[in-house]
Amino acid sequence: MLDLMNVDYTTKIPNNVDLASDRQVLKALEGWHPGYIDWWKDMGPDGFQDSLVYLRTAVSVDPKGWAKFDYVKMPEYRWGVLLAPQEADRKVNFGQHMGEPAWQEVPGEYRAMLRRLIVIQGDTEPASVEQQRFLGKTAPSLYDMRNLFQVNVEEGRHLWAMVYLLQKYFGRDGREEADELLRRRSGDADSPRMLGAFNEATPDWLSFFMFTFFTDRDGKMQLESLAQSGFDPLSRTCRFMLTEEAHHMFVGETGVGRTIQRTCEAMIAAGIDDPNDVARVRALGVIDLPTVQKKMNLHYSLSLDLFGSEISTNAANFYNAGLKGRFGETKIDDDHRLTDATYKVAKMVNGEITMVDEPSLTALNMRLRDDYTLDCFKGVERWNKIIEKTGVKFRLELPHTAFHRHIGEFKHTHTTPSGIILDEATWAGQRDNYLPSGADGDFITSLMQPVTEPGAYAGWIAPPKMGIDNKPGEFEYVQIHV
Amino acid sequence: MNAVIKQHLIDPEICIRCNTCEEACPIDAVTHDDNNYVVNAEICNGCLHCVSPCPTGAIDNWRMVANVYSLDEQFAWQDLPEQAPIKIEAADALEDDVAALLSHAHQGLGGKPVAAASAATPEINLFNRARPAKASVRGNYRLTDADAEADIRHIILDFGEIPFPVLEGQSIGVIPPGIDAQGKPHAIRLYSIASPRDGEKPGANNLALTVKRVPGGICSDYLCDLPKGAQLDVTGPFGATFLMPNDPNAHILMICTGTGSAPFRGFTERRRRAMPDAPGHLHLYFGARRPEELPYFGPLQKIPASLLTQRLCFSRVPEQPRTYVQDRIREDGAQIARLLSDANTHVYICGLRGMETGVDEAFADACRHAGLDWQALKPELRGSGRYHVETY
Repeated sequence: MLDLMNVDYTTKIPNNVDLASDRQVLKALEGWHPGYIDWWKDMGPDGFQDSLVYLRTAVSVDPKGWAKFDYVKMPEYRWGVLLAPQEADRKVNFGQHMGEPAWQEVPGEYRAMLRRLIVIQGDTEPASVEQQRFLGKTAPSLYDMRNLFQVNVEEGRHLWAMVYLLQKYFGRDGREEADELLRRRSGDADSPRMLGAFNEATPDWLSFFMFTFFTDRDGKMQLESLAQSGFDPLSRTCRFMLTEEAHHMFVGETGVGRTIQRTCEAMIAAGIDDPNDVARVRALGVIDLPTVQKKMNLHYSLSLDLFGSEISTNAANFYNAGLKGRFGETKIDDDHRLTDATYKVAKMVNGEITMVDEPSLTALNMRLRDDYTLDCFKGVERWNKIIEKTGVKFRLELPHTAFHRHIGEFKHTHTTPSGIILDEATWAGQRDNYLPSGADGDFITSLMQPVTEPGAYAGWIAPPKMGIDNKPGEFEYVQIHV
Repeated sequence: MNAVIKQHLIDPEICIRCNTCEEACPIDAVTHDDNNYVVNAEICNGCLHCVSPCPTGAIDNWRMVANVYSLDEQFAWQDLPEQAPIKIEAADALEDDVAALLSHAHQGLGGKPVAAASAATPEINLFNRARPAKASVRGNYRLTDADAEADIRHIILDFGEIPFPVLEGQSIGVIPPGIDAQGKPHAIRLYSIASPRDGEKPGANNLALTVKRVPGGICSDYLCDLPKGAQLDVTGPFGATFLMPNDPNAHILMICTGTGSAPFRGFTERRRRAMPDAPGHLHLYFGARRPEELPYFGPLQKIPASLLTQRLCFSRVPEQPRTYVQDRIREDGAQIARLLSDANTHVYICGLRGMETGVDEAFADACRHAGLDWQALKPELRGSGRYHVETY
């Protein structure tokens, strides 16, 4: 009997989509599997493929089977195809097909559009694994190392999720796209990943934490809007991915939080009142708060670019077609067609940043970006609470959405982090005050010394308040040498 | 004492507001404002669906509270309050009416009840009158013959997704619906659990009760008449001392009448499932009027003597002398005395209050013949958690 909750481990590929009786797709996935493992061994975490890592694996998609923890070697992790349970009588909830039953097969007219959406989402998943592959060697603790690897294997599983959709619903084209996902490489000059932020380096752990906070949060917003999709298999896939994505948000938020916690504690202990006294703070072996702010400026602005142009007919088409909704679509109280609605969009008008009413349909990217900004803002405020509690006088601020942009309305404009427009020369002079400089990067790199003793943490980061799976402080999250 | 409950809370310092818990909660007990994610104590049934998906562990926080933290209080938190000092150790129940019932049932012990040293730590008061658990009837079978005077029933309650962890020897409370002649809600009645901790069916989230229909009994009529599928309000679990020892070396001497056999069915089944080859032995002295009126008479015949020694005593079998449990204890006096002087022996008495004196005298006789002093031995057994009485 088909059991949609529990995962079938009898096939090579764990799944809850009854692959055992879907021979064609099973064969396609099994054909893709060796290439994936090769990719993981080449481009996955470098130097830890034989270590035993205390990882979480889903044995079913219902909450009780969701998180089973055990030691596993990463190449033996049970990557699989897991979809959230099907909702009875689910409908298309927006766009011109609103009210029709959700599609279980790809509607012919939207085939190309859907494939494009899935490929773009799919391309980001392996990209971040590639970007983070050397970080294990400088992990500030076994706890953090384990969290990194958990993020990595789950990104790997998200790739599987997208590949399943491509192979199941898009025939030969889908299989070719699935192969391409393994061929492109982050940062490769000839064959880069599709989106800019996924070709940037993740050189150190603060970058990793910022990436998981800001860039993975873009992923969360994209998945949230795809989870609204009228194409039910995509919706169910994304709903389950979101549950995993929450772990990545956690790693980012607490990673940065613990970094600033440690900085503030060290400053207080050393009697340093001025957070901008960078040299003295750095002498304590912790990352000064102005540098944390610069890192934020960089990662936030790169992540904003992932939302695309503020005004986008593609986004309007996706919405009209019922393929990609808004964040929290079903909780929004309006007509869900957006025929006459308008939305305020920040634009450059006569050399000034101005809010302009635009049709809501074409402004959907802007709207999703606004939802994202609000989500980021709340997280930054929680960081500020940490600083406040220690008594240090400093506030982290999200930069203006016009700051340091490469896509959209502001790509030709330079501004300060607070949004004041600068000419080219002033920008060039000030750049290193706003974004991490080479020297900042060198300093952070100098702190990235590995700590591999169970329960110990590098001097620049505070221990977590709580262990993974409620484990005690001394727990050996990664057995490096087996 | 106010009703104390174990309140589910989220640590705002650790929570990253990812909405996973709110998404995972099947009954919408989790909610949020701009500041915090919080659990509504009025709705939460402790099903734990939200716990494993939580990426941070912030969700896994609990406080024993007499007055629950309201949503507004929780929304305003910057951090989680510490556990306020509440004395909960060794209490059988945290509600005055239930505690009184159990205290009354333990009177025959003649001293402070102490749990067996190897008994597992029980959960108590997870559900109370203000916040009962909804159980559904999985089965309701008459145990006594159709022509027997007593209508004794085996009732199986299923808790579905609601965690209701119990130990052998614990009780649950049942609240009959409706109001009494004074217009007040009916009092809670306690029933001993007749199944082992892992369920009537192994691994199922259910338990069994042995219920006798009492003439004019509001709650027993209510329970005995519940059809399969019916829903009812249950409180508890209750009881922190009348618990089965986990030690496989423990010899367990069980003495009961009628529905007092319920906990011993749980004890026996636990031993049979979890440690069938335990060195400790089970001894059952079980009294009823006739075999047809002895609950579980049939199933008892199938339990191997290697696990359980049975001494069934009948007081109303035509043309046979009336035999009570104390008579059989006297007959087995030498062995009883040996058992009572063995440090591995645990004694449990459960049933009608009237049996207490007879059993006590029989123990005294058995001891005297073996040169032991029961009056001196009893407090020692009680104090070391090896002597338990629950009668009504």
